[in-house]
Amino acid sequence: MAGQTLLSLEHLSAHYVSQQGTRVVRAVDDVTISLGAGETLGIVGESGSGKTTLALTMMRLLPPAARIVAGRMMFEGEDLLKKSDEEMRKVRGKRIAMILQDPMASLNPLFSIGNQVAEPIRVHEGAASRTAWQRAIQLLKSVRIASPDTRVSQFPHEMSGGMRQRIVGAIGISCEPRLLIADEPTTSLDLTIQAQYLNLLRDLQREHGLALIFITHNLGIVAKMCDQLAVMYAGRVVEQGPVSRIFNAPTHPYTKALLGSIPRMTDGGERLTAIDGQPPDLSNLPAGCAFAPRCPAVTTRCRVEAPPEFVTEPGRSARCWLAEPMALRSSAA
Amino acid sequence: MKQYILRRVGYSLLSLFLLSLTIFLFVRVTGDPVALLTEPGASQEDIEAMHRQFGLDQPLWVQYWHFIASFITGDFGQSFYYRTPVLDLYFQRLPNSLILAAVAMALSLVIGIPSGILAAVRVDGFWDSAGKLFALLGLSLPQFWVGLVLILVFSVSLGWLPSSGSGSFLHILMPAFTLGWYFAAAHMRLTRSSMLEVMGSEYVKLARLKGLPEALVIGKHALKNALIPVITLAGINLVVMINVAVIVETVFAWPGIGRLLYEGVTFRDFPVVQAVVVIGGSMIILVNLLIDILYALIDPRIRLES
Amino acid sequence: MTVITPPEAAIVTVASAPRPAAFWRLKGFPLIPILILVFIALVAIFADVLAPYDPTIGSLARRFRPPFWQEGGSTAYLLGTDHVGRDVLSRLIYGARVSMVVGITAVLVAGGIGTLLGILSGYLGGWADQVVMRLTDTWLALPALTFAIFLAAIVGPSELNIILILGLVYWTRYARVIRGEVLSLKQREFVRLAIVAGCSSRTIMWRHILPNVINSAVVLATLMLGVVIVTEASLSFLGVGVPPPKPAWGLMMADGKKGLLVGYWWLTVFPGVCIMLMVLSANLLGDWLRVKLDPQLRQL
Repeated sequence: MAGQTLLSLEHLSAHYVSQQGTRVVRAVDDVTISLGAGETLGIVGESGSGKTTLALTMMRLLPPAARIVAGRMMFEGEDLLKKSDEEMRKVRGKRIAMILQDPMASLNPLFSIGNQVAEPIRVHEGAASRTAWQRAIQLLKSVRIASPDTRVSQFPHEMSGGMRQRIVGAIGISCEPRLLIADEPTTSLDLTIQAQYLNLLRDLQREHGLALIFITHNLGIVAKMCDQLAVMYAGRVVEQGPVSRIFNAPTHPYTKALLGSIPRMTDGGERLTAIDGQPPDLSNLPAGCAFAPRCPAVTTRCRVEAPPEFVTEPGRSARCWLAEPMALRSSAA
Repeated sequence: MKQYILRRVGYSLLSLFLLSLTIFLFVRVTGDPVALLTEPGASQEDIEAMHRQFGLDQPLWVQYWHFIASFITGDFGQSFYYRTPVLDLYFQRLPNSLILAAVAMALSLVIGIPSGILAAVRVDGFWDSAGKLFALLGLSLPQFWVGLVLILVFSVSLGWLPSSGSGSFLHILMPAFTLGWYFAAAHMRLTRSSMLEVMGSEYVKLARLKGLPEALVIGKHALKNALIPVITLAGINLVVMINVAVIVETVFAWPGIGRLLYEGVTFRDFPVVQAVVVIGGSMIILVNLLIDILYALIDPRIRLES
Repeated sequence: MTVITPPEAAIVTVASAPRPAAFWRLKGFPLIPILILVFIALVAIFADVLAPYDPTIGSLARRFRPPFWQEGGSTAYLLGTDHVGRDVLSRLIYGARVSMVVGITAVLVAGGIGTLLGILSGYLGGWADQVVMRLTDTWLALPALTFAIFLAAIVGPSELNIILILGLVYWTRYARVIRGEVLSLKQREFVRLAIVAGCSSRTIMWRHILPNVINSAVVLATLMLGVVIVTEASLSFLGVGVPPPKPAWGLMMADGKKGLLVGYWWLTVFPGVCIMLMVLSANLLGDWLRVKLDPQLRQL
C-alpha cells in the first residue's frame, strides 16, 4: 500500500536482565518490521510472545530491568533510540500514542474525564485549560460518546466499559499522532461492543490519517482491520507480510497452526485453541529454532540452527528453514 | 452503604463494650478493688462505705452495670490527689495534649510525606537509604531516650531550648519532635509503599505514555492516589498521639493527659488512671469508626459500589 | 546476533547491567546486630563475674563521680557513680540481665498465648474465632504502653508481674498474624488430607499446623523483642517497671534525669546507649529474618 515508511524497526532487541546479571530474558529478539503512513499492522502472538514488550520498546518505556540492546527504531526518518529522555517524552502522546488493554485501570479514578482527556493537549501543545477542555469535549464527540458536555465532568467509575475504552481512545488521538498503538484494545469489551469500537477506530484512522498497530491474539480482528501482519513467537517475528497473502498461504508452521485452529474467521471473539506443548521459557531458549519443540514439520537442522528471516516475496518474510528454498535473498535487510 | 455504616457502628459498640468489660474485670478480679478505689490511708469506716458504694458484695454483672452507668453519665470519680472530679481534671489537661499532638502531627507529615515520596521515586537511592535509617531509628528508639538526649543537647549543652513546662513555641519544639519522630517514620513508610504501589498502576503507565513530564506523573497522578491511605492513618494517629504521649509529657513536664496518667500512677490516684485508660481507648475506637464512615461518604467508588 | 553499542544513555549492553549500590542493606546478613545481642546475652549470663561491684550498694560519699576520663573520675568507677553512689558500670551489667530476662520471657509468654489462640481461632473458626478477633481488635485499640501502665497500677510492680503484663499486652499481635497464617494453611493439601483421613482437630493442630507456623512465630518473636524491651524500659522510666533496687536501664535513666540539668550526663547516656543498641539490633535482626524466612510477613 502506498505511503512513505512511517516506522521502521531494524533488528531491534530488548532483554530483561536479572539483578545479578545472570539471567537474561530475550523478550524482543531481532525484530524487523516496517509500517507505512496510514497503514494498519497487526502483531499477533500468544501471551509471553513479546508483543507487549515490543510496544513498550517502541515507546521507550521499558521497566528498569530491561535494556534495548541492539537495533534501530526509525520513525519519520529519525532514530528514536538516539533521542534523549526529554525528547522522547515529547514524542510520546504527541507523535506516537498508545492505548492500554484495561480501560478501567488506565483512567485515574480521582480525576474527571475532561481533565484526563485534555491533559496531553495542555502538556504537548501548551493550550490553555479552557481551550483544552473544549477540545476534550470535541474529542469525546468524535469517539461517539453521547452528551459529551455532561460526560466530560464525570468520573471514570460512572462510565460503562465501552465508554471508558473510547475515552482512552480519545486520549490517544487527542494530539493528532501519526501512529497509534493499541494493545489488546478489545479484550475487556463485550462482544457486541467490540465491533462498534473497531469501526470507530477505523473511521478515526481514515479521518486523521493515522497508522495503527494492533497488538492482539485475535486473528479475527487482524482479518477485519489490518493490512499487514507480523506473527511473533518467543520474542521473534516468525512471519510477516500482507494479511491476505498470509491468510491464504501461510509459510511458517506456527502461523499455519494458528490459522488452522480457527473455525470461522468472521467470528471475532474466539480465543485461539491450543497448540500442542508449552510456550518456551524466554530465559532458557533452546539452541536452534524456538518453535522446534512444538513444530509438526521440524527437521534436525531446525533443532540445531536458528533460521534467519527469509524474504519470500517483496514485503513478505518468514523465519523458517522451510522458507529457504523460496527465498529471494539469503536474509532480510 | 447504609448497611456498611450500620455494621461498622455495631462493631464499634461491641469494641467499646469489650473495652469497658476488660477494664472492669481487671480491676475487680486481679487487683484489690477496695485498695485501689479508696484513698490511701482511709479509715475503716471509709473502706466499708466504699464497699457499699461500689456494691462490691453484689453480683458481678450488677457491679458492671453501675460501672458503665457512671461512665455514661460522666462520673469518673474523684481524684484523690487533686480532690476534684476526674472528668474536670481530664478536660483541663486535654487541650494541652491536643496542641502537642497537633504540632507533632504537623511535623510528622512535613517530614514523613516528602521523604516517603523521595524514597519511592528514587528507590535504592541515597534518599531511600537515608529514609530507611530515619525510619528505623524513629520506630526503634524509646521516646524517653530521644527526649533526654534532646534535652542534653539543646538545653544543657547549647542552652537554646527550655527543658520543661509549656508556654511558648520554644517549649513545644522538643516534645513535639520527640513525639512526632515515631509517627514520621510510620508515615514515611506508608507513603513510600503506597507510592510504589500507585506508581506501578496502569493509569500511571498511561500518564507516561501520554508523554507527561515526570513531575506531573508523580505530582498529580501518583500522589493524590497514594496519599489517601496516608491521610487516613494520620487522622487515626492524631488521636493515638494524644494517648501515647505519656512518656514525652513526663520527660518534658508537659501538662497534658499523659502527664496526668503518670501522676495518677505515681500518686496512686487510681480513678485518674482508670479514667485516662477508658477515655483513651474509647477515643481511639470512635475515631476509627469516624474515619471509616468518612471514607464511605467521600470515596466516590465506595459510594456507588454498595 | 551481534551486540551493537549505541551511543545514547538509555541503551546499555547486557554486560554492563548496573548493580544497585548497597552497602548496609536489610538483605545483608546482620552480623553486627547478632554480635551485639549475643554480647549482651553473655554479659547478662556472666554478670556476677563481670561486674566489679554490687549494683545495689552504694556509698553516699562516692556519689556523682563522673566517668574515668573526665576530671574527678577514677578508674575504680569506670563509668561513674549515680546519685546514691552505686557503680554505673555494674548496674549496666546487671541491667542487661534484667532486660534480657524480662524481654525474652515476656516475648515467650506473649508468643505462647498468641500462637495458641491464633491457631485455635484460625483453625476452629466459628465463635472461637469471633471472640478472639473481637478481643484482639479491642485490645489493639488501646496503646500498649497505656494498657501496660494500667495493669501495672493495678497489680503493683514486680519482675514477674511485669513479664505477665507485657505478655498480656502483646499476645494480640501474635494472635492476629498466626491466625492469618493458619487460615491459609487450612487450604493446603496436606491439611485437607489429614482431615479426610479422619484425624482429630487436636492432632491436626498439633502435628500439622503448629510446625508450620513456628517459622512466623520466630520471626515475630524477634520483632517483638525490640518493642517489648522499649516498653519495659518505658515502664521502668515511669516508675512502674521492675522495682528498685534492681537495676533496670529504664529506671537508671529516670534516676539520671534528675541529674541531667546539672550536668551529670553519664547517668542518662550510658543506659540509653545500651537500650538503643539492644533495640536496634533486635529490630534489624527481626527485619532481616522477616524478609528471609517468610515473604508473607513482609507486609507487617
